[in-house]
Amino acid sequence: MSVTLSDSTAANRARVQRSTRASLVGLVVSIIVVAALAYGPYAFLSKGNQQNLTTLFIYIILGTMWNLLAGYAGMVSIGQQAFIGIGAYGIVYAADILGLGLWIGLVLALVISGIVAYLVSFLAFRLSGGYFAIGTWVIAEVIYLITTQFDTLGAGAGISLTTFRGYKPEIRIAVVYWIALAAVVVAVAVTYLLLRSRLGAGFTAVRDDATAAATLGVNVTRSRRIAWVVAAMGCGLAGTLLAMTTLNVQPGSVFKIQWTAFMIFIVIIGGIGTIEGPIIGAIVFYALERYVGDVGFWYLVILGIIAIAMVLFLPKGLWGLISRGGRLQLFPTGLRLATPLATPLATTTSSPTSGTPPTTSAEDL
Amino acid sequence: MAESELLSVHGLSKKFGRVITADDVTFDVHEGEAFGIVGPNGAGKSTLLNLIGGVIDPDAGRIEFGGRDITRLKAANRAKVGIARSFQIPRPFVDMTVFENVYVGSSFAGGTRGQHGYDRAYAALETTGLLSLAETPAGQLRLLDRKRLELARALATGPRLILLDEIAGGLTEKEIPPLIDTIRGLLASGVTVVWIEHIVHALVSVVDRLMCLAEGRILAIGDPHEVMRSPEVIEVYLGTTFDIGEGRAS
Ligand SMILES: Nc1ncnc2c1ncn2[C@@H]1O[C@H](COP(=O)(O)OP(=O)(O)O)[C@@H](O)[C@H]1O
Ligand SMILES: [Mg+2]
Repeated sequence: MSVTLSDSTAANRARVQRSTRASLVGLVVSIIVVAALAYGPYAFLSKGNQQNLTTLFIYIILGTMWNLLAGYAGMVSIGQQAFIGIGAYGIVYAADILGLGLWIGLVLALVISGIVAYLVSFLAFRLSGGYFAIGTWVIAEVIYLITTQFDTLGAGAGISLTTFRGYKPEIRIAVVYWIALAAVVVAVAVTYLLLRSRLGAGFTAVRDDATAAATLGVNVTRSRRIAWVVAAMGCGLAGTLLAMTTLNVQPGSVFKIQWTAFMIFIVIIGGIGTIEGPIIGAIVFYALERYVGDVGFWYLVILGIIAIAMVLFLPKGLWGLISRGGRLQLFPTGLRLATPLATPLATTTSSPTSGTPPTTSAEDL
Repeated sequence: MAESELLSVHGLSKKFGRVITADDVTFDVHEGEAFGIVGPNGAGKSTLLNLIGGVIDPDAGRIEFGGRDITRLKAANRAKVGIARSFQIPRPFVDMTVFENVYVGSSFAGGTRGQHGYDRAYAALETTGLLSLAETPAGQLRLLDRKRLELARALATGPRLILLDEIAGGLTEKEIPPLIDTIRGLLASGVTVVWIEHIVHALVSVVDRLMCLAEGRILAIGDPHEVMRSPEVIEVYLGTTFDIGEGRAS
C-alpha cells in the first residue's frame, strides 16, 4: 500500500457541510426577529420597552463577548469591566469633549478599547490560568484608578454624555434602541463569522491544547490576542451603550467587577461554547433582574447559587437542554463531514454517520 | 541516493534542573531517510523531538532544517516550514471533532484553506483509518485512535519531516504491520521520518539508520543492526533481549 496525500483527487474530495436545515431556519428566524425589532418603535414598542430591550441587548453583547473569550478561546478574564468603562468614557471623551459627535465618537470609543486591549495584552499574556484571571482584574482596577485621575473625565465624580442634548426623549430612546439593536447584531454576527473561520478553529485548538496547536502551525499568542481584542471591543461597545442609556458615566458603576460576574452568569446559564447560549442566558438574566429585582448583596448570592447549580447539574446550560446536548444548532460553528464513509480504500467498519460514536474501529492504521 | 541533509543538530543541550536530557547532541538526518531513535525511558528522546519541533528551547546548540537555522523559530513556524510531530502521550483537541482536529493541521501548518484543506484532512483520515470516526469528538477516542489522530494531524500538515514519538506503543502485533505500511508509504512519497520506538523489531525493519540515546547522550549511531549489537547499547539495555527481526521481509 502506498500512501500519498494528494489534495484533490476525485475519490477523496471531502464534502463539508457548513450549514444545515436548522441553521437556515435559524438565519431566517433571526432576520425576521431583527426586522420586527427594528420596526418595533413605530408600532408596538413603548418607550419603556425600548429601554428594556436596550438593556437586554447590552447583556447579550456582554455574554457573547465573555463566551468568545472564555468559551471558545479558553481565556478566563474577570477584568472585562475595564473595557466597559473605557467604552463608556471613550464615547463621552470623543463625542463630547473632542466634539466629534455621536457616530465618530462611537467608532473612536471602540478603537480606543481595542488599542488599550492590544497594549495590555503584552502584560496580561505573561500570565496563564488563574493568574491570568487575577491579572485581568488587577489591570481593570488600575485602568479604573487611572481614569479617575483625569479632571477632564470628571475626576472620579462621573461625567455626563451631552451629545444627545437637543434630542426629544422619545427620539433619543428610539435612536439608542436602534443603535443597540445594530450593535447586538454586529457583535453576534462578527463572533459567529469569526468562529466559523479558520481563526475560530485555531481559537478552540489553542483552548484545548496550546502546545499541540502550536505544533500544527497555530500562532498561539496571535490567536489569543485576536480573541482578546475583539472581546474588548465588544465590551467597549456595550460600555458606549450604557453611557447612551444612563447619559451619565459613573466610574464606580461602569468599572464594577459585577459586570464580569453578570457575564459569567449569562454564559453559564445559557450554555458556554455556543452562539445561542449567551442569548438565552441574557434573556434569563434580564428576567431575573426585572422580576426578582436587584436587591444588592442577596441578589448576587442568588445568582451565585444558580450558577453553581447549573455547573453541577446542567453544565451545557439551558441551550444544552433545548438543543438536546448540541444536536440542534442554529448557528453551527463546526465542520461537518457530509460523507465521511464511502471510500474504496477504507476497510473501516461501517458506522452511523453521526450521533452515536462507533464502538469498533478500523483495524488498519 | 544523494545524501543531502534535511535536519542538522549541532551541540544541542538541555537540562531540566539537574536532569540532563540533551548533552551536546550532534547528528544529521538525510533527506528522504528513515531515522530511528531508541533508548531507555528518560533518555531524552521525547525532549529531543520537543527541541526539534520548537516546543521547548535548548540551553545551547543549533538546529538547521533544509539549510536554514531554525533554532530561534517558534513551533508554529517550524510546522509551517514542514516539521510535523506526533506526541507520545496524545494531545487531541478534545472538544473538536476528529475531522476538525486534522483540519487544524491542514489549514494552519499545511496552509491549505477551504476545500483544499478539507481534502487534505480527509486524505489524512483515510490514510490512518480514522474516516469512520471523523465526526466523533476527539475526547471520546480510545488510546489507539488517539495515536492514529496524532499521525493523521501530522500528515495533514503536508510535512517534509515527520517526528514520530512511540506511535506504535500500545499496539498489538497485528496492528503493527499496517502502521509500518503507512510509514513506508510516507517514505515512498518523499517524506523524511524520524521515529522513536521501543518496539525495536518494527523500527529496525523500516529505518535506514538508528541512534541510541541514554542520559541525553548519543551512545551509538549508524546501521540499525550494528547499533543494536554494539556493547554500549547492550550495556544500557542489560537484561533485556531484543527481537530485532532480522529475518523479517522488508
Ligand atoms: N518539561 C519538563 N520539565 C522537567 N523535566 C522534564 C520535562 N520534560 C522531560 N523531563 C525529564 O527529562 C528526562 C527525559 O525525558 P524524556 O525526554 O521524556 O525521555 P524519553 O522520551 O527518552 O523517555 C526525564 O527525566 C523527564 O522527567
Ligand atoms: Mg518519550
